[in-house]
Amino acid sequence: MNKSLSLRKICIIRDGIPLIEIDHEVAAGEILSVMGPSGVGKSTLLAYLTGNLDPVFRGMGEVLLNGKDITGLPPHKREIGILFQDDLLFPHMSVGENLAFGIPRGGSRVERHRKIENALSDVGLVGFSNRDPATLSGGQRARVALVRMLLSDPKALLLDEAFSRLDAELRAHVRELVFRVVKERNLPVLMVTHDLEDAKAAGGPIIELESYSKS
Amino acid sequence: MLRFLPAVTLFAMLGPVIAGLWGTVLPAFGHLPAAGLMGPSLDPFRTLMDWAGLTSASRLSLSTGLIATSISLAIVVMFVAGWSGTRTFRLLERLLSPLLSVPHAAAAFGLAFLIAPSGWIARLVSPSLTGWDRPPDLLILQDPLGIALIAGLVVKEVPFLLLMTIAALGQAQPRRSLMVAQSLGYGRVTGWLKTVFPRVYDQIRLPVYVVLAYSMSVVDVAMILGPSTPPTLSVQIVKWMGDPDLAMRLTGAAASLLQLALVIFALALWWGGERVIAWLGRIWIETGHRGQKEASIRVISLGLGSISSLAVLLGIAGLAVWSVAGFWSFPNSLPDAITWKNWDRHGPAAFQTFGETFIVAGVAVGLALVLVLGCLEAEHRSGRPLSRRGIWLLYLPLLVPQTAFLPGLQTLLLNIGADIGRAPVIFAHLVFVLPYVFLSLGDPWRSWDTRNATVAGALGTKPWGVFWRVRLPMLTRPILTATAVGIAVSVGQYLATLIIGGGRVATLTTEAVALASGGDRRAIGVYGLMQTLAALVPFALALTIPTLLWRNRRGMHE
Repeated sequence: MNKSLSLRKICIIRDGIPLIEIDHEVAAGEILSVMGPSGVGKSTLLAYLTGNLDPVFRGMGEVLLNGKDITGLPPHKREIGILFQDDLLFPHMSVGENLAFGIPRGGSRVERHRKIENALSDVGLVGFSNRDPATLSGGQRARVALVRMLLSDPKALLLDEAFSRLDAELRAHVRELVFRVVKERNLPVLMVTHDLEDAKAAGGPIIELESYSKS
Repeated sequence: MLRFLPAVTLFAMLGPVIAGLWGTVLPAFGHLPAAGLMGPSLDPFRTLMDWAGLTSASRLSLSTGLIATSISLAIVVMFVAGWSGTRTFRLLERLLSPLLSVPHAAAAFGLAFLIAPSGWIARLVSPSLTGWDRPPDLLILQDPLGIALIAGLVVKEVPFLLLMTIAALGQAQPRRSLMVAQSLGYGRVTGWLKTVFPRVYDQIRLPVYVVLAYSMSVVDVAMILGPSTPPTLSVQIVKWMGDPDLAMRLTGAAASLLQLALVIFALALWWGGERVIAWLGRIWIETGHRGQKEASIRVISLGLGSISSLAVLLGIAGLAVWSVAGFWSFPNSLPDAITWKNWDRHGPAAFQTFGETFIVAGVAVGLALVLVLGCLEAEHRSGRPLSRRGIWLLYLPLLVPQTAFLPGLQTLLLNIGADIGRAPVIFAHLVFVLPYVFLSLGDPWRSWDTRNATVAGALGTKPWGVFWRVRLPMLTRPILTATAVGIAVSVGQYLATLIIGGGRVATLTTEAVALASGGDRRAIGVYGLMQTLAALVPFALALTIPTLLWRNRRGMHE
C-alpha cells in the first residue's frame, strides 16, 4: 500500500488571484516543512487540507491520503490530525476526558480507560487523568495535545507553527518528542513554520512559499 | 434543516410586525369586517383630527422621545469620555449592569415612590427643610410636560446605552487613540470626544434609535409617570383599542399610523441632527482646542450617572419598604409599623402570576435560544457572517413602535377568528426576545476560537458533535447570560401581554401596571418587587451556575 499524503497541483485562490500553489508528495515517516513569511497563507493551506477552508477562498487540486482521494470529504472523515501553536485542550474537560474525546468510538469503558492511562504514561504524565488542563504547565499541555491527537489514530499529521509558543528549551524537547512519535508511527507530516530551526530539525524537504500579492 | 433556520427566525421576528402593520392599515382606512365596517374611508382620520388632545399628545410623544434620548446619550457619552478606564468607571459599570434588567414599570414605580409629593425625598427633607407636615399639593408625577416621564425613561436608558457603549469600546481600541491624543496635549474628555467617540457612535447608532423609538411610544412607563389629561398618544391608542365600542378601534388604528409616522419623523430628525453634530465636530477638531474646564464635565457626568443609578436602586428599595409597610405617616422616613399583612393579602396571587410570567418567558426564551443558536451555527458552517443589512433587520422589531403593530396584530387575530391567549402572547414576546438574545449571544459566539472546531473535527467528531460537546459547553456563560437577558425582556413586556393576551394572560408586569391607577402603594410594592426579582434572579443564576458547574475548570473562568 502506498502510504503517503499527496498534494496534487493544489492551488488556493482568493478573488481570482492565486495565493498558494503546491504540488508535492509526502512519504510515510517524512516531514515536509513549508516555510514562508507570515500572511503568505500557510494556515490557509492547512485549512484546505483539513476541510475547513473559509468560503472566501477557493481551492483546487486533489489531496490523496494513502492513495484515497479525500478532497471532498468532511473534516471528521479525513483522518488527518492537526496540532496548533496553542494546545487547544478543551477547557471544560479533564485531561482524561480530553483524551477520551480523541479515541474513536467503541470498546469497553475499561479498554478506553486503559488506553488513556497507557497514553499518559508514554509521555510521563501518569496520574494526570483527573487534572484540570488549566493547572498543567505549558510542556505538559503540549504533550496532552499530542497524545489526544495520536489516540484518534490519524493517517497523517499537520503541524501549524506547533512549537512557536514554547520557550527555547521546551521547544526542542517537545519537537523531538513529536518527531520521534510520528517516525515510529510512520506518518506523513506536513509542518508549517516560519522558524528554520524547526525545518532543520525535521530533516525532510523544505518548500519556501512566496507571497504572490507582493510580486 | 439548519439552512432554513435564519429564514424561520426572520419570519418569527418580522412576520408579526408586518402582519400587525397590515392589521393596522386596514381599520385605519375604515375596514373592519368584524364590526360590520367596510372601507376604504378616511373617517377614522377625521375622528382622530377631532380629538381635542391630538396636538398635545403628538407633541408629548416627540418631546419625551427626543429629550429623553438626548439626555441619556449625553450622560453616557460625558461619563465615558471623562471616566473610562478608571476604577470609578468600573464601579459605576458594575452598579448599572444589573439595573439593565429591572423592568421599566418597576423602575417607574420606584421613581414615583421617590419623587412623589409624599415620596421618600419629600419625607427626608420634611419638615426640617421644607416645613411640610403633610404632602404638598404639587403635580410632580404625571405633570403635563412629561418631565417625570422623561426622568423615568432616562434612568432606564442610561444603563442600556452605557452597556452598549462599553461593548462598542471593545472594538474601537480607545486606549491607544486616547494616549496619542493626550500626548499631543489634549485633555481626557476632549481627546476622547475627538478621537474615540465618532467610531463608538457608529457602533451604538442603532441602540440609540431603539431608545428614541421606544421612548416616544412607551405605554407602561407613560401610564405610571406620564400625564393623563390628555395622556400620551400611545396610552390613548391603548385606551381606544380597549374601548367596548368597536368603532373606536378605527380611531385607534389611525392613531397607530400617526404614531408610526411620528417615530419615522423623529428618527429622520435625529439622523439630520447626527449630520449637523458631525459637521460641527469636524470644525471643532480643526480648531485644535485642547480642552478646558474638563474637571467640571467629569464631576457633572459622574453626578448625573450616580443620581440615575441611585434613583433606580433607591426606587427598588422603596418598593421593598412599601411592600412591608403598615401605617406610614407623613413626613416619617420609615413606616410607623412593619407588617407582613401586605404579603399575606397579595402574595398568593402574585406568586400565581409569577408562575404564568415564567411559563411565557420560559417558552419564548427557549424558542429564541433554539433559533438563535441555530442561526449562529448555520452562520459558522456556511462561513458567511451576518451582513450589515442583517443587523438592521435584527433591530427592526425594536424600531417599529409597539403601539403601531401590536393592536393591529390583535385586530388581525380577531378577524381571522384565532384565539387570543397564552400561545399568541408567547409569539408576540418572541418578537422582542429574539433580537436581544441574538445581540447578547452573537459577539461571544463569534469570538470563540474556531480552531477548537478544527481540532475536534480532526479528531473525528461530526459537526453536531462539535456543537454539543465542545462549543455549547465552552460558551455556557454567554448562553446563560443571553437566557437571562431574554427572560428580563419577556418579564418586562407590557403591551404585548396586555393586547395580544386580550386580558386573559396576566403577568407580573400587567398586574403591576394595572395597579397604577388605584394607587395602592403596598400592593404596587409587592408586585413591583416580585417583577424586579423575576428579572434579576435569572441574572444572578447566570453568574453563579457556571462558577459552580465549572468550579474545577480554571480555563472556563478566564
